[in-house]
Amino acid sequence: MSTEPTGRTTPADDGSASAAADAGDALVVGEHLTRVFGRGDAAVRAVDDVSFALRRGEITTVVGESGSGKSTLARMLLKLLPVTSGRLVFDGADVTDRTDTTAYWRQVQAVFQDPFSAFNQFFTVRRLLARSRRLLGAELTEARMVEALEQVGLAAGDVLGRYPHQLSGGQRQRVMIARALLMRPSLLIADEATSMLDASLRATILNVLTDLRDRAGLTILFITHDIGQACYVSDQVLVLSRGRLVESGPAERVIFDPRHDYTRKLLADVPRLHDTG
Amino acid sequence: MSAARFSARFYVAAGIVAAVLLFGLVAPLVFRTHQVGDVVGGLYDHPSAHAWLGTDNLGHDVFTNLMYGTRTSLLIGLVAGAIATLLGVAVGTLAGYRGGAVEEGLMGFTNVILAIPSIVVLVLISIALGTRSTLTLAVVLAVTSWPWTARAVRAQASSVRTREHLDVARLSGAGTFSLICYDVVPYMLSYICMAFVLQVSGAVLNEAALSMLGLGPSGGVSLGIMLHWALAWESVRTGAWWAFVPPTLLLTLLAFALLMLQSSLDELFNPRLRRHARRRRTARPAALPLPVERPVPEGAAE
Amino acid sequence: MSDTAPAAPLVRARGLRAAYRSQRGSDVVAVDDVSLELSGGQVLGIAGESGSGKSTLAAVLSLTARPPLSVLGGELTIDGEQLDLSGGRRPPRTWRGSVVSLLPQGAMNSLSATTRVGDLAVDVVRAHRGRVRRADALDLLTDRLDALDLPRRVVDSYPHQLSGGMRQRVVTVLSTLLDPKLLIADEPTSALDVSTQRALTELLRELLHRGLVGGIVFVTHDLPVLRAVADRIAIMYAGQLVEVGDTAGLIDDPRHPYTAALLASVLVPEPQIRTRRVGGIAGAPPDLAAPPTGCRFHPRCSLATDVCAEQSPPLLGTIGAGYSTCWWRAEHPDEPLEARL
Repeated sequence: MSTEPTGRTTPADDGSASAAADAGDALVVGEHLTRVFGRGDAAVRAVDDVSFALRRGEITTVVGESGSGKSTLARMLLKLLPVTSGRLVFDGADVTDRTDTTAYWRQVQAVFQDPFSAFNQFFTVRRLLARSRRLLGAELTEARMVEALEQVGLAAGDVLGRYPHQLSGGQRQRVMIARALLMRPSLLIADEATSMLDASLRATILNVLTDLRDRAGLTILFITHDIGQACYVSDQVLVLSRGRLVESGPAERVIFDPRHDYTRKLLADVPRLHDTG
Repeated sequence: MSAARFSARFYVAAGIVAAVLLFGLVAPLVFRTHQVGDVVGGLYDHPSAHAWLGTDNLGHDVFTNLMYGTRTSLLIGLVAGAIATLLGVAVGTLAGYRGGAVEEGLMGFTNVILAIPSIVVLVLISIALGTRSTLTLAVVLAVTSWPWTARAVRAQASSVRTREHLDVARLSGAGTFSLICYDVVPYMLSYICMAFVLQVSGAVLNEAALSMLGLGPSGGVSLGIMLHWALAWESVRTGAWWAFVPPTLLLTLLAFALLMLQSSLDELFNPRLRRHARRRRTARPAALPLPVERPVPEGAAE
Repeated sequence: MSDTAPAAPLVRARGLRAAYRSQRGSDVVAVDDVSLELSGGQVLGIAGESGSGKSTLAAVLSLTARPPLSVLGGELTIDGEQLDLSGGRRPPRTWRGSVVSLLPQGAMNSLSATTRVGDLAVDVVRAHRGRVRRADALDLLTDRLDALDLPRRVVDSYPHQLSGGMRQRVVTVLSTLLDPKLLIADEPTSALDVSTQRALTELLRELLHRGLVGGIVFVTHDLPVLRAVADRIAIMYAGQLVEVGDTAGLIDDPRHPYTAALLASVLVPEPQIRTRRVGGIAGAPPDLAAPPTGCRFHPRCSLATDVCAEQSPPLLGTIGAGYSTCWWRAEHPDEPLEARL
């Protein structure tokens, strides 16, 4: 909890909006991903021709306002929503039309926005975690649950027997991250996972994510509308506007030297705490 | 959420329902002077110390009939209500949860059933069955009344479907059956509870209607059958009020109490309907036109 | 009016107390002895975490407290008119909307979907000024829209035809149609994107600038937004104000450890946060049913000493000019807090 710089690598600036498949160490590559809702005149292109690569061991942040398609993109990556067109490559294999979701979800897990409605209020934490039995089988042991909870800074004895309403907001979100980590995934998607938390808690949850990256080499896709949070955690930033990827690149470059008008406007509107001259 | 606050209405309604239940289930064990079918007097004897509510057209004790009749009516109401709720919840949940073609198919079927006047079906099925036991009558009543529950439950299920905890459960590998049983249905329990109360009251009244038409359970006595005989033997014209007033009162009381129970449960489960909230809504035009949300103690919402 | 100060503040609140009656019969005091002042033409920001009682304070100030919330006591003076809030007395109906108006949380989604904006305006005006001709009420609305550079077309629009940001601005215009002396805005920007957030804060400043509202109390959890909109900021913790001061002074040199910790946990896109590990604040806000003794922040405060746990901290400064309530600060009046965290 003290002031200590986080070890952050600054990858080379590739600058292009189609920061794509060329990245050799990419865990996930999306090529021209598109999702259309509705048909005919009512069709809405929620995600429109988005290409990107998520490099291993990095936090990539998708920044966008409401309706930008960032959550739709996350749900496609989670295979909770089919892709309309485009290609999704995970760990070198094309998974666009993969139907075997059980195996996929051992690799890709998620944490969602609302730390209360993400819980089944009738289940204790133990039961919530034990539900992974279908994915993990005999691998699911008490020790593994304890380990997952420890990774997010929770003592198993304190939380395993509790119901969600007996946990604080920060604890709930930590439990949700622990649930995802139980699968030992290689990709964690955090969809606005800190938006509903107070600022004082937000930082501690974000620190859990950066620690997972730094210590366990976890690849994380962080989705947010808040550029401040993106600035704090990201290695790479993708800016989404109305379903289209308008800018992408290393976090420092995109946030402090934006090239697209939309990104510039977005940054200009963010209220600051201090005058930046 | 700590212990919920029950309204006075709830206690009154629950009290009446409990009293009727006690009357139907316990009273026959206490008041054993007469048995069903015993002839204790003549045609429409006046109430007396011997037969507290007089006798019916066959000389049977009306009070004894009332106890056993209440028991039969309640039994049919509860069994029919349970079956109808079960069917309705199963169809409604499946439709609401799956959506798409499954939903359209199931709801289409439900609407077809709804469109058929249930009393006609009841009459036809009852006739076709020849001898009708209490249980068969309950099943017949259930089969014609589940669609209302199905429709209401479908709406609930499709709103629960969008909650984040279902996605979380899916990502944990939970299958469809497990999702429905543990993640959807528990969230509708309060609603299902209310639907059940409504179904029971509907079934009690429908049983009475059928029995009055002479289509009641054979070889027994129910509140409806008592009314059937009272009407057939002209108790109204002859002024033998004790033959038809007690069963009518009991039916009315039971149906009224069940409906009141349902609406007070509704008030309990949907705090927006509570009394002061309603008063607020009518008072609003005098203040701001904007609905002012009542602040909830922050943190208490967690 | 015993006030001898040269310029009496527009709003003067003293000793506000309000509690939620819990279902077990005990009271949760969510606003405990809050006093504040607001000068005409200014925005007072009230910031705090969830559970700090800031929304409850908004309800008390806007006279919209309803069961289970009840106001236990306090005195509110607005533009010379005094109101005693103790003993559950109902505020005069004439005050609501024309003296005090509330811009509630999530107001943009609470507009009746089947009523045009113009009709809503007619309702508002008629509710307060009796029988007013429809055309007059609509004129008032269009004049207001023109003055604020908002499109006239919204008069004939249904809420769903407007974007979220425009809806929020329309609600703001409607709730200030009667030129209230005090506008209470409860988390008005929380659900908005940054660009619409900015448009709304600019609209609020414009309303003040043109004298259409006397003063604004802006309640939020978002300190950077307050920096952009507020003249003064009050920091609320566990039902009490722990620090009040000018916006720039409070942000650059916080007087209370809680303010400093809150400021340190804010994430804004500024280069220094990429190299700094932000700690957040350990622990959780206290349960208001049983608040800690002494200074309510002491269990989470890194500077706390024994006295903090035992006695309520002193009020350093004045309610009018700004103050903080902290034992550490009493002994270290000039030491900057930033270095100590």
